[in-house]
Amino acid sequence: MNAPPLTVAALRGTGLAQRFGSRTLYHDVTFEVAHREVFVILGGSGCGKSTLLRQCIGLLPPTAGEVDLLGCDMYAAAPAAREAVQRRIGVMFQSGALFGSMTLLENIMLPLEVHTDLPLPGRRRVARLKLGLVGLADAASLLPAEISGGMAKRAAIARALALDPPLLLLDEPSAGLDPVTSAGIDQLILELRRDLGLTFVVVTHELASILAIADRCLMLDRDAEGVIAAGDPRTLRDTSEDPKVRGFFRREAA
Amino acid sequence: MPPAAPGPAMPATVPASMLASGQRGEARVLSLRGRLDVAAAGRLWTRALQAAAAQPGRKLVIDIAGLEGCDTAGAAMLLAMAEAQQGTVLEGARPQIAAVLARAREALVEPPRPAPEPAPPVPWRVVIGNGLAVAGDGFAWLGEALVAVLRLPARSRQFRIGDLLHTADQAGVRAVPLVLLLGVLIGLILAFQSLVPMRRFGADLYVANLVAISLLRELGPLLAAVVLAGRSGSAFAAEIGTMKVNQEVDALITMGIDPMTMLVLPRMAAALLVMPALTVLMEVAGLAGMSVVLVGAGIPLVAIGNQIIYWLRPHDFFGGLAKSVVFGAVVAAIGCRAGLSAGNGPRAVGQAATEAVVGGIVATILLDGVFAVLFFRLGL
Repeated sequence: MNAPPLTVAALRGTGLAQRFGSRTLYHDVTFEVAHREVFVILGGSGCGKSTLLRQCIGLLPPTAGEVDLLGCDMYAAAPAAREAVQRRIGVMFQSGALFGSMTLLENIMLPLEVHTDLPLPGRRRVARLKLGLVGLADAASLLPAEISGGMAKRAAIARALALDPPLLLLDEPSAGLDPVTSAGIDQLILELRRDLGLTFVVVTHELASILAIADRCLMLDRDAEGVIAAGDPRTLRDTSEDPKVRGFFRREAA
Repeated sequence: MPPAAPGPAMPATVPASMLASGQRGEARVLSLRGRLDVAAAGRLWTRALQAAAAQPGRKLVIDIAGLEGCDTAGAAMLLAMAEAQQGTVLEGARPQIAAVLARAREALVEPPRPAPEPAPPVPWRVVIGNGLAVAGDGFAWLGEALVAVLRLPARSRQFRIGDLLHTADQAGVRAVPLVLLLGVLIGLILAFQSLVPMRRFGADLYVANLVAISLLRELGPLLAAVVLAGRSGSAFAAEIGTMKVNQEVDALITMGIDPMTMLVLPRMAAALLVMPALTVLMEVAGLAGMSVVLVGAGIPLVAIGNQIIYWLRPHDFFGGLAKSVVFGAVVAAIGCRAGLSAGNGPRAVGQAATEAVVGGIVATILLDGVFAVLFFRLGL
C-alpha cells in the first residue's frame, strides 16, 4: 500500500465555544480525530454534544474557535469549498431524517443522482449495496414509516454512506434502541471501519456503546461548561479521579 | 488506539481511474488504474459495463493491480463488470481493495425472498362488494358521529367550546373576504352573460329574477360549500391527519378521550354554524354584483328590488339555507374522516387533504341533485 502519509487529521476543533446570549454552553473545546478512528463525544443531557457536532459539520458557526474538517477551515473557507467538504462527509441525524415519501432505496439514490454521473442501473446497484452493507437488503422497497427504529437508524447510516465519504458523523445512533439492536449498530460501526477504512465521530451517552466502539472519547459537562475528560474511555472508567467522570462511567447519581 | 494497518481506503491525492483493454493469450484484459471512487464510477459505469459485456463467450480478465483505491461504489461497478460474463476474473487487488470487494460482494447477496404469489384476477362481484363496503364504512362513520352526539351530555368536558370557536373563526370569519369576492364576481358574470341574450327579447328586467333565483336556490349554497371544502375541509384533514400520523389520536384514545367527540364534533358544529352565514353573504354579494351590471345597463335600482321581492318566494331562500347546513355538515364530516383514516408518513397527510376536497365537492353536488328531486316532489 503506497498511500501518501496522512499528516492531516480527519477533524480538528480548536478552542471551540458556543454561547447563547449570556449563557455559555461550552468553551475552549479542543480535540483532534485521526483517520480510521472511532471518536466519541459524550456527556450528560444538555451539555452541548449535538451542538458541537453541528459546529463540526459547518451548520452552526461557533462563537469562538476553528473547525478543520478534512483539511478545510469550515468557517473561513469560501462557501463552495465548504460545500465540497460537506459532500465528502456523511451525517446521520438524531431522528434519522429519512425522507418519508421515498422508499429506503430512493432515499439512498437521491444523493447519487444529484452528485454523480451514475446511470440509473448503477445508482440502483450502488444503493442496494449500501443497504446490504447495513443489513437491510430485503427492506429496499419499504417506506421509512414502515420500518422499526433500529432499521431506521441503519437506513440512515446507509444514506450517510451514499457518496462513500471517508468520515461519518453519527448523532445518537443507539438512542431509543433496545440493548441488542444497539449492540448491532455498534457492531456495524466497527465492521465498516475495519472493511472500508472509515473514520467515525459518534455522539452518544450510551455507556455500553461507548465502551464497545470508542478508541478515544471527549467528555463534555454542562456545569464545567466544557471538556472534563478526554482519552480512552476504559482508562477513564478505571482511573479517573474526577467524581463526574467516575459517576458517568459507574452510573452513579451525582 | 485505531488499528495501524492498512491505511484509509481512499488516499486523497491519486488521480481518477482510467480504462484500457488488451490481450493475454486467449483472454481479453480490461485494466483499471488510479482511484475508483464514486465520482469515477459514475463517469465510467456505462462504458465499463459495455466493454465487459462485449465479445460474449471469450474469457475476460479484469486487471485491477493498478487501482490505488476503491470505495463501495467502485466495488459495485467492478462486481457488475464481473457479472456481465461468466467466469470473469478480478485480478491483482491490493489487500484493502480486496477487503472492500469482499464486503461489497457480501452486501449484494440477494436475501432469499418468498416467491410472490400470483394475484388471482379479481371478479367483478368483489369489486362491487369492495365499493359497497367503502360506502358502508362511510355510513357507519356517520353513525358513529351520531352516537357521539347522543353521548355528548355525558362527555361534555371532551367537547371543547374553545375549539369550536377557533374553528368557526378559521372556517367562517376568515372566509368572509373570499366569499364576498366570489359572490360579487359570480353576480357580475351571471348578470352580464344573461343580459345580452335576454335583451334581444326585451326581457332585460327578468335578468334580476334569473340571477336571484339561481343564486338563492343553487349557486349560493353550492359555492359556499366549495369554498368550505377547499379552505376548511382540507385543513381539517391535514390537522387531524398530522395528529394521526404522530400517534396523537392513539394517545387521546388511551387517555379515554373519544377523538370523535374532541376532534370531529367541534369541527362539524362549527361548519354547521358558519355555512348559513357564508351562504347568505355569498347571495347578498351576488345580488350586489348583479345590480351593478343592471344599473349600468340603465335599469333603475328600485325596479330591480321590486322584481326580486315580487318574484322570489320565501322557500327559495330557506330551501337554499337548509341545503347549506347539510352541505356544511357533510363537507366537515368528510374532511375529518379523511384525516382520521390517514395512513403513515407525510404523504398520507397530503392524500387525506386531497381526499377531503374531492370528496367534499363530489358529495355536495350529489346531495344537491338529491335536494333538487326532493324539492320537486315536495312542490317547493
